[in-house]
Amino acid sequence: MADETSKHNSQKQAEGVGVGTHAHVHHEEHHHEVSFIRKYVFSTDHKVIGIQYGITSLLFLFFGFTLMMVMRWQLAYPGEPIPWIGLLLGADRAPDGIMLPEFYNQLGAMHGTIMVFLGVVPLAVGAFGNYVMPLQIGAIDMAFPKLNMMSYWVYFMGGVTMLVSFFLPGGAANSGWTSYAPLAVIATTGQTVWLIGMIFLITSSLLGSVNFIVTIIQLRTHGLTFMRLPFFVWAQFVTSFLLLLAFPPLEAAGILQLMDRVAGTSFFMPSGLVVSGIALPYTGGGSPLLWQHLFWFLAHPEVYVLILPAMGIVAEIIANNTRKPLWGYKSMVYAAIFLGFMSFVVWAHHMFMTGMGTTISAFFQTTTMIISIPSIIILTAFFLSLWGGSIRFTTPMLFALAFLPMFGIGGLTGLPLGLAPPDIHLHDTYYVIGHFHYVVAPGTLMALFAGIYYWYPKVTGRMMNDMLGKLHFWGSFIFLNGVFMPMFIQGLAGVSRRLYDGGEQYAHAQSVLQWNEVMSVSAWLLGLAQIPFIINFFLSAKNGKKVGDNPWDATTLDMAATTSPPLAHGNFERVPEVHRPPYEYSVPGAERDFIPQHERTA
Amino acid sequence: MNIPYTSTARPDTGLYNAKLGIWLFLASEVMLFGALFSTYILLRVNAVSWPHGYEILNVPLATLNTVVLISSSVTMVMAWASLMMKKFDKYKMYMGLTILLALVFLVVKYFEYSAKFEHHLYPSTNTFLAIYFTVTALHGLHIIGGVIVNAYLWGPGSKMWKTDPQRFTNRVEVAGLYWHFVDLVWIFLFPVLYLL
Repeated sequence: MADETSKHNSQKQAEGVGVGTHAHVHHEEHHHEVSFIRKYVFSTDHKVIGIQYGITSLLFLFFGFTLMMVMRWQLAYPGEPIPWIGLLLGADRAPDGIMLPEFYNQLGAMHGTIMVFLGVVPLAVGAFGNYVMPLQIGAIDMAFPKLNMMSYWVYFMGGVTMLVSFFLPGGAANSGWTSYAPLAVIATTGQTVWLIGMIFLITSSLLGSVNFIVTIIQLRTHGLTFMRLPFFVWAQFVTSFLLLLAFPPLEAAGILQLMDRVAGTSFFMPSGLVVSGIALPYTGGGSPLLWQHLFWFLAHPEVYVLILPAMGIVAEIIANNTRKPLWGYKSMVYAAIFLGFMSFVVWAHHMFMTGMGTTISAFFQTTTMIISIPSIIILTAFFLSLWGGSIRFTTPMLFALAFLPMFGIGGLTGLPLGLAPPDIHLHDTYYVIGHFHYVVAPGTLMALFAGIYYWYPKVTGRMMNDMLGKLHFWGSFIFLNGVFMPMFIQGLAGVSRRLYDGGEQYAHAQSVLQWNEVMSVSAWLLGLAQIPFIINFFLSAKNGKKVGDNPWDATTLDMAATTSPPLAHGNFERVPEVHRPPYEYSVPGAERDFIPQHERTA
Repeated sequence: MNIPYTSTARPDTGLYNAKLGIWLFLASEVMLFGALFSTYILLRVNAVSWPHGYEILNVPLATLNTVVLISSSVTMVMAWASLMMKKFDKYKMYMGLTILLALVFLVVKYFEYSAKFEHHLYPSTNTFLAIYFTVTALHGLHIIGGVIVNAYLWGPGSKMWKTDPQRFTNRVEVAGLYWHFVDLVWIFLFPVLYLL
């Protein structure tokens, strides 16, 4: 039955698209039933791949968060046995349930790696980008559906590689998600596996980003000019360029570190290195700073990879729920492009304390101050978009609204870190952790949750429960702040971020030690606050309120031009043509308060 | 279901999908090799002593390899041009030559490597050899990748010439763009590693 429909659809499309599509259309693929495996496992449909990415990355997010919940026990109650799971961890990780420092380091390194590379980016780009972007530009699929499928499975293999590394002798990578040389070069086998896992993930993101850019440039439907693209598509477009151009230097760095570890080269090993009184068998002549440069050349643009798709989601939801066009759409687009360019020339502000020299520091703190401008333009445009709107406080809107101040705090606390003099005090303290977590956790994650609540009805055909959603929102909002706000207090007091006992033995930490318990309890309560979401996510697929084609009365093609879910492979019954800008809400004189992009007359 | 612009160019961009895709892929490759060249520069300017490439490496063999690789780029263009002129037999010949030349390059590279190993020169010997082996091996992997793609287009993949000649020609063009890039990387590697 579904097959019949999709066959029907594609014929219509062939007529509908007209110009540019090829005349000889092969229909063999539709004549036989698509097997379960091809439909749900090795699918080339961007929507199925988007869902695969979404569920996998949500699982990884939860796993990465669990690692942190375990670490927070050690920070709040150092030296006490971990309840419940302590004895399950084994003697080489936590003898008698008490966490070893080595295991703490593994958890720290893998928390960062999993959250960034396996959780947030695959959810923001892989899931939302894959599912929503082709729908919003009126495309029947991505430009390269097979590459798209490959991108997911390579990501999956990267994830499995990372997970397996926990069971190696010596455990998983334990040199931080930044894997600084020379420590990472002499670390246990887990680091080698980490590097291999990263090469998988980099390959996956390369395939994905090429696909995204080609799709946006080539498969935009008729009339959808660049300045009519929804802001979400722009965000994905700029993000893809960052992934495309920033990841290869990390791949190069990963290959070099792998050579250092496996072939005994000295790319990152300085001369005369002695560890624990033993001279290391390296010829030397390498540069540990080189690793940091190559790493941050990726990892700074990566920050914007985390934040831009979140801004895209927030833009859609704010326009939809204020029922008015985004304020300053064009300046937002230009700001996003400028942000993309600038993100390539700020990386060394992570390295003020490395002794690379004041001249370089001066350059990078200038570019860092400049890059704050486009972020502020976008955030200001969001705030001004609220002005005079008749705001609908739906669950996605609550999350999107929370994004604004949370990202604001994250961004503004970054300014002192971007200037070399205050960074001397704040570097490597909990202040840094607080800063970037405010950007990514209460910031980006809030936006991603907003996106899940917003597009869920389009994916499943049913609304998520509002009461559970609000419970999830308030729990998350309060406890996220409970976790991260005290970090600023501890950081300003000078508490180092690398302490495995939470600062118990550290003179600077004594006056702020009591916050450790507050943060830990908040983290565990934050874990509890996700339960309504998990219940909601699964139960609503069966029991949620049924919705029609356009559950939020939206103007963009993903909501307005598609039929009611589930959508067939091919997306549209007839490929829409676009006649207007993306956010025509509350147009004076119009009969409804929204005019879809593909509607010809007002 | 057919994705638009797989064979014909989109009027307003003037590109078919794969052509844009390969250019983007090559942009990322530029960043990959760019990072490695930057590594070379940084290591060299910071080094106490740095050997001249010609003192350690075999310049005549590398010169031969340069000629071989440039020739393979020429035959690659000829292969594509033959398809544009609808001469499939000529395409087969030129594509076969391209693959053959690539294999010659790899064989020469193999002799170079084994000569180094015989003299106990390994990546771990010094930083110069480390970067030499790493970058040329990565370039060699790119050559192998190109050979696999070209062999597919020469053998089983060439059946598409009968069903969709335009799309097949595009595929050869895209493979050619990649091949020229791999060639170009060598054009940079040769003087940087062997002559400077």
